[in-house]
Amino acid sequence: MSTESIALPRSAAPPRPFVDQLHQWVTTVDHKRLGILYILFALLFLLVGGVEATIIRIQLIRPLNNFVSPQVFNRMFTMHGTTMIFFVVMPVMFGFANYLVPLMIGARDMAFPRLNAFSFWMTAFGGLLLYFSFVGGDGLYGAGNAPDVGWFAYAPLTSKTFSRGHSTDFWILSLLVSGFGSIGTAINIIATILCMRCRGMTLGKMPLLPWLNLTMAGLVVLAVSPLTAAQLMLLVDRYLGGHFFDTQAGGSAVMWMHFFWVFGHPEVYVLVIPAFAFASEIIPVFSRKAIFGYPVMVAATMCIGFIGMSVWAHHMFTLGMSSSANTFFVLSTMAIAVPTGIKIFNWLATMWGGQIDFKTPMLFCAAFLFQFLIAGLTGIMLGSAPFNWQLGNSYFVIAHFHYVIVGGILFTLFGAFYYWFPKMSGKMYNETFGKLHFWLFFIGFHLTFDFMHVPGILGMPRRIYTYEPGRGWDIWNLIVTIGVFFQAAGVLVFIGNLLWSYLRGALAESDPWDAWTLEWSTASPPPSYNFADIPEVKSRRPLWDLKHPEDPDWQYE
Amino acid sequence: MSTPSITMPESDIRWNRPARGPVGMYCLIAAEAAIFTIFVVAYIFYIGRSLTGPQPQDVLRVPIFFTICLLSSSLTIHFALKLLGTGKVRSFALWWLLTIVLGAVFLAGTVREWLHLIYDEGLTIQTNLFGTTYYSLVGLHAFHVTVGLLALATVSLFTLFGQVRPAHAERVEVLSMYWHFVDVVWVVVFIVVYIVGR
Repeated sequence: MSTESIALPRSAAPPRPFVDQLHQWVTTVDHKRLGILYILFALLFLLVGGVEATIIRIQLIRPLNNFVSPQVFNRMFTMHGTTMIFFVVMPVMFGFANYLVPLMIGARDMAFPRLNAFSFWMTAFGGLLLYFSFVGGDGLYGAGNAPDVGWFAYAPLTSKTFSRGHSTDFWILSLLVSGFGSIGTAINIIATILCMRCRGMTLGKMPLLPWLNLTMAGLVVLAVSPLTAAQLMLLVDRYLGGHFFDTQAGGSAVMWMHFFWVFGHPEVYVLVIPAFAFASEIIPVFSRKAIFGYPVMVAATMCIGFIGMSVWAHHMFTLGMSSSANTFFVLSTMAIAVPTGIKIFNWLATMWGGQIDFKTPMLFCAAFLFQFLIAGLTGIMLGSAPFNWQLGNSYFVIAHFHYVIVGGILFTLFGAFYYWFPKMSGKMYNETFGKLHFWLFFIGFHLTFDFMHVPGILGMPRRIYTYEPGRGWDIWNLIVTIGVFFQAAGVLVFIGNLLWSYLRGALAESDPWDAWTLEWSTASPPPSYNFADIPEVKSRRPLWDLKHPEDPDWQYE
Repeated sequence: MSTPSITMPESDIRWNRPARGPVGMYCLIAAEAAIFTIFVVAYIFYIGRSLTGPQPQDVLRVPIFFTICLLSSSLTIHFALKLLGTGKVRSFALWWLLTIVLGAVFLAGTVREWLHLIYDEGLTIQTNLFGTTYYSLVGLHAFHVTVGLLALATVSLFTLFGQVRPAHAERVEVLSMYWHFVDVVWVVVFIVVYIVGR
């Protein structure tokens, strides 16, 4: 094994001029730089999307509030949803995949570095296009600027009749453009994982993070493409006078729902499977044990990927489908709980009997475990059609999927930020502020999303601009909004911690966590060529083998 | 503690990984197939739902000649690649050119069909649901044929300047995978539009 880290002299050369550095970043095809660009881009949009969420919650803090106008409120929830899904979580997951996959499989770059840069810039310009609607959406109509049709943009609301001006066109085009970027990156991730693995790393010896990202990329290829097709149809309807979703001419608004959710539900797994990947790397390292049930984890992930393609219509129970369709989608939705449950038990079994070290990354992952469990349980509730008829489109649904996306995905994502920050920046983050971030965000999350279930059960529909007093919703909405301020404070501490640690933090070693995967065998941050010599692996934990030559893993696997 | 003797033979790991070109192209084909699937599903779902005419059975004629042209271009590109692999670059260039001609003839057929539909039958993308789904599906395919022809023409251009050598056979083969895919899609479109939908 030759995975010695190269000790580069730090700050030996004088810093390059700013324009020079900027040029290097803009024209880069290095997977690490593109990964960081993806992540920074997503962080910027996380702040923007967070501000939009805060505006929504301030409007709903008390009955008959007039913080913003109804038109602005509609734009805010549309932009919040679209931004968070397409321009925060997807890019940040692509960013981590970009950064980590080649390092973990012992490669020097992605399979198609230029496609990688192209995909990033498509996503970035897609995001800019979406926000340019605030300036350009008015068009000549004076019909409102940003998109206000909701993030799933049901027909016929998106037709020319009901959605004048260009705001919806900006929405369509930005998702189309960023969708091409997503498909490009997904193709790149698959090709990298299948074709660039270092010597000895068979698929069975690959760390779980590349495995799960392989599944995620497969889902992107198969799920984002239908969205692209549906957006093309919507463009035909809006620009060429087509009738795909025009019920006046025999078209079907329900077709849009199917096409959107054929993308929309696998998208949930596109977002959550990389989050599983982070948990699968962080939990073993901070429990000082190898992951429990590696083959089963891989199989369960694949299983989630397959079943996840066939559950989309559980978003449409309230539509009134046939009872056989309802039955099928209830059963497939329930079935997905099985592989997910297997994964949760495997993470628990990894922690069981381990020497758990509750550093910040592990704190976030531990919170993820039980929050994701609760999110799954409310998912089972909503997945049964009769219950869904009662609570569909209520705040209960909002609470459920924010439990998944914030409580599940965002928590592991924060864990991943802290875990790999030393590798990416070469500096250690501040542990105290990390823990402060965790507790602020944890308290805020539970204040907001635990209590959000209640007004849903009490009948408060989603996307309403305001509500009358005396329906029993007031106090719950107040608590929910208070929680938002805790979360916002947590995110500010997080950003501050990253900035301060990057500028002033202590230097990080190449392997601060005593971890086992290949990215920790290079310097922090890694040199542009990653590995001076391409490593060769014999087990799933190559660094364990290196550190413990008397008891290597490959004797047992 | 006795250290167990661990032999780490460096060379006895057989190490084969798939080439990245075909893997990337297979993924692109999967993504494209998903896009076409949505359009095909929409076409099938909307068969017979147009509220006004013209209906497909009144205006569509089965383009057998142009279909034969496109499908045989899959054969010619296959022969071209075989010739490139064996080093016969000149014959490769001829077969490759024949492929382009066949693809262009198919595209001309689409143009002729559309002109007929628009000017003689008065069917545009706005006319009815049939027009919307027909022009979208056939147009999406024709767009892919056009992109394919541009890529094929680029290779031809490089061949003309003597830049294509037998060593490039693998790369050119990746392009031929795309071309085969476009042909297979036409088989599906042909069945759906001209047989099932009529």
